[in-house]
Amino acid sequence: MTCKNCIGKPVIQLTNNNVKLCKNHFIKYFEKKVKKTIIKFNLIEKDDKTCVAISGGKDSIAVLNVLSKIKGKDKKFRIEAILIDEGIKDYRDKAMKDAASFCERNNIKLNIFSYKEEFGYTLDEILKKLKIMPCSICGTLRRYLLNKKARELGFTKLATGHNMDDEAQSILMNQLRNNMKVNARLGPINGIKKDSGFVKRIKPLYLMTEKEVASYVFLKGFNVRFAECPYSDVGYRSEVRDLLNNFESKYHGTKDSIVNSFLEILPMLKEKYKEESSLKYCSLCGEPTSKEKCQACVYVKKLTD
Amino acid sequence: MVNVFIEKENKNVKAEARTVKELLEKLNINPETVLVTRDNELILLNEKLNNKDEIKLLSVISGG
Repeated sequence: MTCKNCIGKPVIQLTNNNVKLCKNHFIKYFEKKVKKTIIKFNLIEKDDKTCVAISGGKDSIAVLNVLSKIKGKDKKFRIEAILIDEGIKDYRDKAMKDAASFCERNNIKLNIFSYKEEFGYTLDEILKKLKIMPCSICGTLRRYLLNKKARELGFTKLATGHNMDDEAQSILMNQLRNNMKVNARLGPINGIKKDSGFVKRIKPLYLMTEKEVASYVFLKGFNVRFAECPYSDVGYRSEVRDLLNNFESKYHGTKDSIVNSFLEILPMLKEKYKEESSLKYCSLCGEPTSKEKCQACVYVKKLTD
Repeated sequence: MVNVFIEKENKNVKAEARTVKELLEKLNINPETVLVTRDNELILLNEKLNNKDEIKLLSVISGG
């Protein structure tokens, strides 16, 4: 049993086509496929200034590494990292150290912002005060800060570590909840409408599975914790994730099929919900939103009431 | 008998298995959710296991 491309020992079997690859050929395959994804979906254009939203976890470190490789010595290609410290004891503080040392080694500027400084509370404190699903409030506050800070820092694209598993889960979750309007905002480039208040979010790992990303990070020897957020198990998402993983191990290529069939209908969804998605500016903070007050301000008000 | 370290649960277990696939089935762990390593190298599902092998299961799922 050898690698498809050489006599090396295989370390991974790609799920979609049963191809086995050795360490070096898998790393080449991974980086090439991410580059192809960026080109295929036109994720980064010539004059873009891109920042990578990093958590210190495997996905964002993989994105940052591939993008800095693409950047090479091109001085016009600007890349920085942005990290949101939610304030999750024994989880984010450790991941932040990994992120900071990775950026330092690779000469990448790291911008750090925290819930505590921006909203007055850490996520741990927020969840003691409010009875609310952790991922729901955390996702809202994190997206809010990432967009605001990336725009203020002059970036035109915000790359995230979302992989194929994340996307397949989101697609299925929205379908199970009959929420196709939210599905219309998905895809390799987020959003339905263009607005100067929004920094477009791009997903260079869109076509890579979670296991492929983990394998890449492991084989590259990056010092990254493969830890799960302590709040993540309580979500609906984790049930959908288990369901998809069970299907994938039984029927290889399930996640790939979900994402690729979704890509076929995505242009129609975006067109359909274009008119329905009204864009306003929050009456409290001025950030773009679909309602009178943005959801982040609604949560912050609940905290201070 | 192989020695297995399950990183997610931070625990060691012993198990009798001829291949990685059989090991994961016995431990009721979905292969999609872990990287399987021996001597710090990734190994495939059909890899044969030997007595006293030290196996590590690294969770691929990370959140946020």
